[in-house]
Amino acid sequence: MLFSRVNFQIAFAHLLNRRRQSLVSVLGVALGVGFFIGTSSLMQGSENDFVSRLVDSQPHITVKDEFREPARQPLFTIFQEGAVALKGVKPREYLRGIKNYKGKLEQLEAIEGVIAAPGLSGASIVRYGGEERNVSILGIDPDVEPRLTTIEEDMREGSLDALKTTADGIVIGKGLSDRLHLNMGDLASVIAPSGNVVLMKVVGIFRAGNILLDEGQAYVLLKDAQVLFNKPNIADRLRIKLPDPNTALEFSRQLEQRWDYKAESWQEVNEDILGLFVVRNAILYSIVSAIMIVASFGIFNIISTVVMEKRRDIAILMSMGFRARDIRAIFLIQGFVVGIIGMLTGWGVGIGLISTLASIEFDVEGLIDAQGFPLDYGFTQFVIAGIFALASAVLAAWLPAHRASQVRPVDIIRGAA
Amino acid sequence: MEPAIETRHVTRILQEAVPVTLVKDINLKIAPGEFVSVTGPSGSGKSSLLYLLGLLDVPTEGEVLIDGQSTAGLERAELAALRLEKLGFVFQFHFLLPEFSVAQNVMLPMQRLGRLSEKEIKERAAELLDYFEIGEQGTKRPDQLSGGQRQRVAIARALANNPKIILADEPTGNLDTKNSDIVRDIFVRLARDEGMTVVAVTHDTDFADAADRNVHLVDGMVARS
Ligand SMILES: Nc1ncnc2c1ncn2[C@@H]1O[C@H](COP(=O)(O)OP(=O)(O)O)[C@@H](O)[C@H]1O
Ligand SMILES: [Mg+2]
Repeated sequence: MLFSRVNFQIAFAHLLNRRRQSLVSVLGVALGVGFFIGTSSLMQGSENDFVSRLVDSQPHITVKDEFREPARQPLFTIFQEGAVALKGVKPREYLRGIKNYKGKLEQLEAIEGVIAAPGLSGASIVRYGGEERNVSILGIDPDVEPRLTTIEEDMREGSLDALKTTADGIVIGKGLSDRLHLNMGDLASVIAPSGNVVLMKVVGIFRAGNILLDEGQAYVLLKDAQVLFNKPNIADRLRIKLPDPNTALEFSRQLEQRWDYKAESWQEVNEDILGLFVVRNAILYSIVSAIMIVASFGIFNIISTVVMEKRRDIAILMSMGFRARDIRAIFLIQGFVVGIIGMLTGWGVGIGLISTLASIEFDVEGLIDAQGFPLDYGFTQFVIAGIFALASAVLAAWLPAHRASQVRPVDIIRGAA
Repeated sequence: MEPAIETRHVTRILQEAVPVTLVKDINLKIAPGEFVSVTGPSGSGKSSLLYLLGLLDVPTEGEVLIDGQSTAGLERAELAALRLEKLGFVFQFHFLLPEFSVAQNVMLPMQRLGRLSEKEIKERAAELLDYFEIGEQGTKRPDQLSGGQRQRVAIARALANNPKIILADEPTGNLDTKNSDIVRDIFVRLARDEGMTVVAVTHDTDFADAADRNVHLVDGMVARS
């Protein structure tokens, strides 16, 4: 009965009586809600866009022939608690590479939806026309690569497939091509750390838009990499794509437990970038909270004013038999109504902002397609903004509403008479 | 029969820097249907007594009984419930809510009580306004009415929930002679014809004379009853 019809009627009468102020407080809430929805759509959209590019452009998990912790020295295992120091330990020489990588590959491919390919990477120097550059070479399988990464989409000239048909073919980045004036069909010397030199023919040029890749990465057939680095039948990594990228972290842990080899998920590799999004979202929410606090002050202000002005009416309502809590309800309802109308209007503002943003198109230099803002049309922002608005509206109304309920009718009526 | 209102040693002292005694040791028994006028010089505690009888204020000592039921120690909400059902107030000023129409003002206590349907509430408000010959004013705002008409609306509002007791604080104090006569006649009619218990503070000797009994206050105490 607290929110009985008559309490609503009185609350509405008070709001309608100060139309302009009510409108201003509604607008305050609406702007807060609208901007929140607009910005968070933009932010969430760009985050999703970025993450999906990130996830698409690289394997979800890379298993490497490394261990997260160096092997324990037997001495430390024996004297676990002792203060023992060991000097001059030489790392054991072992032929690096993932043991039985073909067997492991089969295990991976047996899982529904999982795509996996071996890789062998190594540092090299590419020399052409008297100039040279350090380049990281990755041996790949051109049949699987397009499903592991987006490299094929980034091809500007030639193709990955050409690796299969050309003996000692190499695919290089646009940056490297520019630096060395190394073009399609040219033959460059590729020098391995062992001193091995192979003459390779450029069969493709990609542009990933990332300087590290464009200047420092090149792709060859796995077989050719094994020859170049003198590691026959060896792969130093397994590159894996999962049906659901979100399971990568968990799955990488399982792999690491099973095989001991370090298994890096895309989340781990990009931890710092993903961390930035957390910071960005925190900033967004603080800005919106600030807007909402300002809106709350508006609501607090109008309801306090009404309470001050309506002290006589409050007293007379109480003398009629309205309880303190009816009076409180009357003013809380006002906050609530401002909150609701503000929220709905804000949703409208938000939708307006999103569709305005969505209609803007602009060209990013170097990209072929016309680009627009990446936007997220998620329902959650609307709900979050709504809850924010209602909560702050009701909170702002609470204090004046409580004060109204504490009015002692005798004080007012005596004073007025 | 139980008195409609009874006070037992009612004293009300305001705890200010210098304590102010508003009324002191008031003992009254007002029978159902009785019409009592309260008179006394200005500042003698008439309004204070009326607020105590009407449960708007609580005594510092003694107790007020309504229909034989003690109200001592009741919660604010319980006092409000008693006011809603059993008591009707009329003040010197009409105190109508300015945002509501005349009819809506009369409807408010009924809506708060919630016993009647919205339709019945409307009908009863219209009847009450008709009874006071202001039936055509129902849709107007209070500020479009004359002082006498407004005071009649306030009386109609006080009667909305059909209370047994009407408490009035100088209801004619702010009216011209003609309207004073009308309002006084209304109270006489309520007491005589409708059998209501009426306690009215007044300076108007005609009004006081019309009552069954007069309580005269001096310095917060009953000088004559
Ligand atoms: N809040 C207050 N503070 C101090 N004195 C008060 C207060 N309220 C009333 N009084 C005093 O109490 C006395 C009784 O007041 P009241 O009941 O209004 O008298 P009446 O209605 O007979 O004129 C008066 O002298 C008045 O000045
Ligand atoms: Mg008085």
